[in-house]
Amino acid sequence: MDFLSIAYALVFYFATFVLVVGVGRKIVQYARTPAPLKIPTTPAPTTGTGVALRLGGEVVFFTSLFKSNKWIWVFGWLFHFCLLLEVLRHLRYFIQPVWWWVALIQPFGKYAAYGMVIGLLGLWGRRFFVDRVRYISAPSDHLMLVLLLAIAGSGMLMTFVDHTDIISLKAFVLGLLYGHWQPLPADPLLLIHLGLVAALMIVFPFSKLLHGPGLLFSPTRNQIDNPREKRHVTPWATDTGAGTAG
Amino acid sequence: MADFETPEIREYPLIPHIHEGAMAGTKPFVAKPEHQKALGFPGELVENWKEVAIDKMGDLLGKYRSLPVFLDSCVKCGACTDKCHYFLGTTDPKNMPVARQDLLRKVYRRYFTFAGKYFPKLVGAVDLTEEVLQDWYSYYHQCSECRRCSVYCPYGIDTAEITMAGREILDAVGIGAKYSNEIIGKVFTVGNNLGLPGPALKDTLEGIEEDVKEDTGVDVRYPVDEKGAEVLLITPSADFFAEPHVDGLIGYGKVFHQAGISWTLSSYASEAANFGIFIGSYENMKRVAMRIREAALDLGVKRIIVGECGHAWRVAYSFWNTLIGPFDFLDPRYPAPQHICEFTYDLIQRGALTLDKSANDHRVVTFHDSCNVARASRMGNMPGGQFIIPREVIKAVCNNFYDMEEGTIGEGTFCCGGGGGLLTDDLMEVRVKGALPRMQALRHVVEEHGVTHMAAICAICKTQFAKVLPYYNFSMDQIISVHQLVGDAVVLGAKQ
Repeated sequence: MDFLSIAYALVFYFATFVLVVGVGRKIVQYARTPAPLKIPTTPAPTTGTGVALRLGGEVVFFTSLFKSNKWIWVFGWLFHFCLLLEVLRHLRYFIQPVWWWVALIQPFGKYAAYGMVIGLLGLWGRRFFVDRVRYISAPSDHLMLVLLLAIAGSGMLMTFVDHTDIISLKAFVLGLLYGHWQPLPADPLLLIHLGLVAALMIVFPFSKLLHGPGLLFSPTRNQIDNPREKRHVTPWATDTGAGTAG
Repeated sequence: MADFETPEIREYPLIPHIHEGAMAGTKPFVAKPEHQKALGFPGELVENWKEVAIDKMGDLLGKYRSLPVFLDSCVKCGACTDKCHYFLGTTDPKNMPVARQDLLRKVYRRYFTFAGKYFPKLVGAVDLTEEVLQDWYSYYHQCSECRRCSVYCPYGIDTAEITMAGREILDAVGIGAKYSNEIIGKVFTVGNNLGLPGPALKDTLEGIEEDVKEDTGVDVRYPVDEKGAEVLLITPSADFFAEPHVDGLIGYGKVFHQAGISWTLSSYASEAANFGIFIGSYENMKRVAMRIREAALDLGVKRIIVGECGHAWRVAYSFWNTLIGPFDFLDPRYPAPQHICEFTYDLIQRGALTLDKSANDHRVVTFHDSCNVARASRMGNMPGGQFIIPREVIKAVCNNFYDMEEGTIGEGTFCCGGGGGLLTDDLMEVRVKGALPRMQALRHVVEEHGVTHMAAICAICKTQFAKVLPYYNFSMDQIISVHQLVGDAVVLGAKQ
């Protein structure tokens, strides 16, 4: 085993640890913090099923964003949908034998990279050309897009220009999963690609990427509109004295 | 008329370019020490304000899930940047919802997040300084907590929650806004926002009874403190005398009269408004609301009905059950609380009112959805009932009704510009400029359909419009109460 392979193996263990523990801690924090008052943005669903549909619509179709701004919606949705396809396509490096539907989406997943890049460039362009968005953009907002573009770009170069040794790559990945490490092909593009992905995983719990879990915990979206029918009670806010006044 | 320019209404609404600092330094009067202390806040800026502010922020982060979720989740996509009426009217970028949130977020990041502690420049985190504190005071009083941004945010981030937290921190360090805090104090000492004492209220109501008798020849009652009445009406104190509010109160009385349902006001709880929500203070909101529970129990009523008031309906509908419930002492056949529009709508549906629509034929009416009713509450039993029921009531009493443009009503309604504790003369510039999008939409239906009146169900909206309509070359009496329309159309006397 060469030094590089060991370093990358360790980096990926570390990145996975940070991602899982970091996001897990955030989820625990969100779940444990009470929402003392009913604040769904109305009109809101009056049943649990309705809330599930509302959240589902937000996750899958970005319904609120669609209402808000068609350009951001087009670029944002294109990027996220293509990213999902890419992630699913990459499952083939983690499983053996490859599930039939993962094999099925390979050709679409390959070209989804273009969608990702178009979406990201659209979103990035807004940060330069729309004065309102330029005003609210911090360096980290630009860097996040650069990081994602670099991941997509390095991946595309390997897919369409300079193929890497994906058999060895898969052996390396499976080795990581099952604990008997295999060498990683020392292909510069691959090393860049993997390094950036690890960086993304590490940054996730400390950045705005928390919007993923955040959406599911957003009280304006996940609460049922039934305050008159059902008394909403939380630990600190509803002391027992309330009901006995007068 | 004032030392600022009223924005121009254009043929089509435009998203303005940003003008940094356009509203910098605009802020309301600071509360006096006695107003602060009455609410349990320090009288003036405390010496160790930085520490107190950060502690308070930490306290709030642990008490309200909305805060950590909203502060962490924003991706700065820009979807909200053109949604705030104050941004559209003032062009100050700090009035864009995301930028308003960032005033708090950048401090949150600095003191509470890994990225902000170690890489502040990268993520736009800053230390809490005097300048930041002044920005908070200024820009958290240029937000009416109307929640329009939360409709359009992909994560439902509600700037109202951030503004409330900002104001809570400001109160905790000793710099509250005079307008809201003085008024909350009045509720505790006198019973209502206007500081109208019990005897004066009785006189006023007797005067209204005489006026209605003179007008109609019928003895319509406007009772107060009547034990054993079926209904306790909780209405904003503006309804007791100011125009156009009082015509709404007259309308409620006529509806109760025709329905044959006994009702009463309470001199102890003579206020529906609850400015505790505006300053984000759970304790003060609960203390204000508790008077209503006490009055209801004391008077032995079976139902509580809430008059035309936007944020009051939010507090009543969404929070009362939590704050002052359970309402197990009320008649379970009726929603607790019930909105006056739900009540009137129900009577209309059952044919219990005789209505002469032609009484409103001299009016062409549109309806302004008040933000707290539209985006923070409901009426009836279906989502969106808060849009349907008031309109159905208006259409039942009025032949000429036209809605304003889609996107400016319903869940996308534009705030009047005076909500959220900004209804004070020291914020006139913010109020006038913030009214621009609504004035634009109104201008459109006036030109298109000859609309003469805009009806509303919120005391703040009515007061605000009466004041700002003239700035946009409308007349102040073009804003009316929905229950004024109802009152004018109700045929008094035995059912025909």
